[in-house]
Amino acid sequence: MHKLLTQEPGKKLLLLGNEAIARGAVEAGVALATTYPGTPSSEISANFFNIAKESPLYFEYSINEKVALEVAAAAANACVRSMCVMKHVGLNVAADALMTLAYVGVKAGLVILTADDPFMFSSQNEQDNRYYAKLSGLPMLEPSSVVEAKEMVAYAFELSEKLAEPVLFRTTTRINHSNEIVTLGDIITPVTTGDFPKDPFNYVTVPAVSRNLHKKLLKNLAAAAEISEASQYNFIEGNKGPWGIVANGVSYNYARDAIRDLKIEDRVRLLRIGFSHPMPSRLITDFLKGCEKVLIIEEGEPYMEENIKAIAQEAGLTIPIKGKTEELFSRLFEFDPGMVRKNIARYFDISYTPVTSVDLSDIPDIAQRPPNLCAGCSHRATYYAVKKAAVGKATIYPTDIGCYTLGLLPPLSMADFLICMGSSVGTSCGFSKTTNKKVISFIGDSTFFHSGIPPLINAVFNNHNFTLVILDNGTTAMTGHQPNPGVDMDQLKCSGYGRVSIEGIVRAIGVCHVEMIRPFRIKKSIEAVRKAIDFEGVSVIIAQEICPLYAKSLKKAMGKPFYVSDKCKNHRDCINELACPAFSIENEKVKIDPDTCVGCTLCAQICPEHAILPLKEKSKIR
Amino acid sequence: MNPAKMDMRHMNVTRLIIVAVGGQGNLLASRVLGEAALLADIPVRMSEIHGMAQRGGVVESAIVFGNARSTIISDGEADILLGFEPSETLRAMNKCNPNTVVITNLSPLPPFTVAIGKGQYPDLHLVQSIIRRKTKKLIAIDAVELAKEAGNVLAVNMVLLGALIQTGILPVTIDNVKEAIKTRIKAAFVEINLKAFDLGFQSAQKN
Repeated sequence: MHKLLTQEPGKKLLLLGNEAIARGAVEAGVALATTYPGTPSSEISANFFNIAKESPLYFEYSINEKVALEVAAAAANACVRSMCVMKHVGLNVAADALMTLAYVGVKAGLVILTADDPFMFSSQNEQDNRYYAKLSGLPMLEPSSVVEAKEMVAYAFELSEKLAEPVLFRTTTRINHSNEIVTLGDIITPVTTGDFPKDPFNYVTVPAVSRNLHKKLLKNLAAAAEISEASQYNFIEGNKGPWGIVANGVSYNYARDAIRDLKIEDRVRLLRIGFSHPMPSRLITDFLKGCEKVLIIEEGEPYMEENIKAIAQEAGLTIPIKGKTEELFSRLFEFDPGMVRKNIARYFDISYTPVTSVDLSDIPDIAQRPPNLCAGCSHRATYYAVKKAAVGKATIYPTDIGCYTLGLLPPLSMADFLICMGSSVGTSCGFSKTTNKKVISFIGDSTFFHSGIPPLINAVFNNHNFTLVILDNGTTAMTGHQPNPGVDMDQLKCSGYGRVSIEGIVRAIGVCHVEMIRPFRIKKSIEAVRKAIDFEGVSVIIAQEICPLYAKSLKKAMGKPFYVSDKCKNHRDCINELACPAFSIENEKVKIDPDTCVGCTLCAQICPEHAILPLKEKSKIR
Repeated sequence: MNPAKMDMRHMNVTRLIIVAVGGQGNLLASRVLGEAALLADIPVRMSEIHGMAQRGGVVESAIVFGNARSTIISDGEADILLGFEPSETLRAMNKCNPNTVVITNLSPLPPFTVAIGKGQYPDLHLVQSIIRRKTKKLIAIDAVELAKEAGNVLAVNMVLLGALIQTGILPVTIDNVKEAIKTRIKAAFVEINLKAFDLGFQSAQKN
């Protein structure tokens, strides 16, 4: 049985934040869950995917976040408890659905999880999604710990039903990817089928209907504000003052630790905000009245700070309230305990000597270890083929979001522009129209399904001139090998799925020049790329080869490793052009690690001396 | 109002940073330590950055034992630094202060940037002398050799866990950790992993 289905209330488990969140939803009787995978949220849905195989839960990997939210919105309006999980930028994709779903509301609980990523450990921006709560008028909850996250998810379903609105649940990476000891609770049996009685004048958002629905939303928002005032998730610790600290999320933990370390428990009142939209204005007013000066500690934007300053103005309070200033907290990146301790000491003028770190000035430069395309990754071969085919041409390479973005780094250097999912195709239209360079763009299979299809239709209709390379490795690799509509689900021993052909879509859109390549057949691939880039108009290359990590997880037979024979004359084309992680230099000689090499043969095909050969027995060169 | 919540138990906090290269098994080692703390009834919080774990990048975990709320560790505030790869141990020196105890594997995994001439791999003697000079203690062992001796090169993580526990700095016992290994690791590999743990423990004693 899946560990998150364990029926032992009171049992303690060490859980990852994302596991605790999935468990919280299971305990709340979630019956339908949808997602498009994205770090740092991915393990929530990876767990749902497996839980669904052995419980009444319906789970799907939707095509993108907008569709995921639409599926969940319908289910919640058919009286089925639903959850929709995404990373922060996913909510941009789902925003169109979100804004008007707030007008329509829900009948059963709907929890929309947004996983924000301060510092951008694995994201293209660090937008602060608390503003989506403000923009949409929906309530928002934010946990400070893994333990609290589980409880709060279950509460979010109740809150959603009480208000008849979806609830936004915001985490940050340090909640998603932290582990804590969590106590299991009871599991509510999910109700998987409901009904949707017709009521078009409340559900079809034509202007006359929406005018009424907006009034309803504002009423619900006022009701949410009342709940926020008395919420157990907005609480004050310490009753003395005169200093006030307001903190949310993980910043609350750093503040708690700092107050203890600085031994100022008897001088500080700490307001923790966990129900962050609407903000509890009466609670905040009372809090401010007991303080001489206040420090706001929040990662990201000054969301609470702006709110609290407005509340102070209303109440006629003129005490100093600070948060984001040059001397204190930044809007950039994530916070840490030492930074929070130092800023609390500075703001309240407490003497404090930070720990002396070791002197780093005489530590030698250490070669960087950036992430790299894996040994045997076919993207490397495709990039090599495009590079060779485009020799002599001035090019622009718009790219997209996935493992292949790692082609950015030298020596491949095959990425020039990226803003969001699907942008490779849309920006190709603009670059080809406004420059005289050959535009060749790259998109993965999952990203193509997510948001590459409409811009490709746009390109055909508006008669743009570029080559799109679809890197089809048969899985959503970067986020952990989730399925997408192009995947053969039989290989995952899952039945009841359809399958969508990328080639079929591309041809149906009306792309006239389509080339299918197997990237490890390097000569043929270069030839096919040449033809495609010489074509005037929209051409598409579909490069098909399974992701080697995915193949390994499916226990598919891998190639035999290769080795560098005595014929090697140290041209080092292999290393200098491919940068495969199986290669190293030992005593000025090129070496292939037989445990890393999966026998893709790319290096063997480009070696000018044909010196790279299959290894008969691994032991021979050890 | 809940003044009672401010009454915090003053329990010693121990902060451990583990750095490794993707695929070396530090996340499993962290989980084992977490389970050991659960068995010992010691509060534990851990955080990890593992988005790129399978793409050859650096994987860092922070483990905080005792009554702290934070799950991450600021620069200079690690009580112990455990490095699975010598150049990564050196790179993580920003987490150390003069009282930090450092444990490192001595078996290098040079990043591919070295092969393409985009950087130097530091000299191993230099790595050790720098760390020794700047911190309280360095325990340096060839964990790959010991893992092979235990029967599987992949048991590097358990060798290093053994060395870590030998320092006695963490509030978990040998028995807690061995019990946790048995629950977290597939039955067929438990024996090799326990042997690797013991070899790491003994090696740290001699260090």
